[in-house]
Amino acid sequence: MVDGVEYKQEERLQQQNKLASFETAVLPHLDAAYNLARWLTRNDADAEDVVQEAYLRAFRFFGGFHGEDGRAWLLGIVRNTSYTWMQRNRSPELNMPLDDEPHEVKSDDLNPEELLLHKADAQMLRQAVEELPLEFREVLVLRELDEMSYKQIAVVADLPLGTVMSRLARARKRLQQILASHTQTEVLS
Amino acid sequence: MICQTAQEFIHPYIDGELDLARSLEVEQHMQECQVCASAYRNQTALRSAFKDSSLYHSAPAKLEERIRSSLRREASTEAGRRAFSWRWLPAGAALAFVLLMAFIIWRTVPGLRPSGDDLLAQEIVSNHVRSLQLESHRADVISTDQHTVKPWFDGKLDFAPPVKDFSGQGFPLIGGRLEYLNNRAVAALIYQRQKHYINLYIWPAEQSNATGEVATKRQGYNLLHWTKSGMNYWAVSDLNGVELHEFARLVQEAQ
Repeated sequence: MVDGVEYKQEERLQQQNKLASFETAVLPHLDAAYNLARWLTRNDADAEDVVQEAYLRAFRFFGGFHGEDGRAWLLGIVRNTSYTWMQRNRSPELNMPLDDEPHEVKSDDLNPEELLLHKADAQMLRQAVEELPLEFREVLVLRELDEMSYKQIAVVADLPLGTVMSRLARARKRLQQILASHTQTEVLS
Repeated sequence: MICQTAQEFIHPYIDGELDLARSLEVEQHMQECQVCASAYRNQTALRSAFKDSSLYHSAPAKLEERIRSSLRREASTEAGRRAFSWRWLPAGAALAFVLLMAFIIWRTVPGLRPSGDDLLAQEIVSNHVRSLQLESHRADVISTDQHTVKPWFDGKLDFAPPVKDFSGQGFPLIGGRLEYLNNRAVAALIYQRQKHYINLYIWPAEQSNATGEVATKRQGYNLLHWTKSGMNYWAVSDLNGVELHEFARLVQEAQ
């Protein structure tokens, strides 16, 4: 008769192998995962919880991962986990409509080259990005900080390629508006 | 390329997502159009601001260890979960086998299951009790005369039960009844010993070899059964065992 203990050991060995290959393929993207979660939740502790949860989910779904783009695969899970987390915590952000013209700024005022040279520092840019609506923020973070291609962003954010392109353009336009309004306020004060 | 198209393509151009032909068109347009050239400079400035600004949130050092340990926990519980069915399969098969063997032994080894005799003894005690509950139940034919009782069975049974009166020995015959026991019609003879009644059930035995007396006790009643001359005999009474044995001996000697 076959020993039941053997099955258990075999299962344990399989899980150890799975864990080893998972850690090799997915754990190197921890910074990217944390960065995205941190920008989406805008809170250190929440981002840590989201990332831990996302890694557990990723480990469970690892059987469906076939060695494609590990970073995009993981970030897709991090994004979904972040959204779930925000839903659970009833974040008002999720229901915010994406209107492109919240406050009209004349295009003459939009000169980030100057703004950034003279006024804008990292702190101001950070604040401006945090003010962006969630949908704009995530494509911008994936593009500018993770330097992902449109195709990768499409995978992570589960969007058509054309939408990635147009949303990114709108996101940058909105960011300029926010930066401009901040600079104007500082100049006035 | 007109301005509107160029504005549309500036972003994919900056991001390196345009094919070569389109890229050249955009570049050519920007040389001619100051508005679009300015928009392009704005965007590249913004991009380099991102690069310089250390906006990237790196994971805290402790997070990696936290995730590693939670993954280890998950892996071990998952191993336990997956192994569960396999782990119990041999044990389950062994248990099923043991139960099957126990059932077979129970069915085949005499003494471990309620035997036919046990069930019959129960049936006989019930019949005896019922026969005494009403006087009219006691006998279908009331007679102390064996020559009246014996012919009464004639035509009612497919065998001729031996009927003897033992009045001389203190066990007078009271009468006879038809009963249905052990899935067949049987003869029931009723005798009396002072205030006690004895029911003697008789039907043909399947095996012709004689067996000695077997005494049992049930619900305070004494039972004796034996096989002789191709007949099964069951005697039941509230009479004490010694006197019932005496009665049984009389019946056996009379044959």
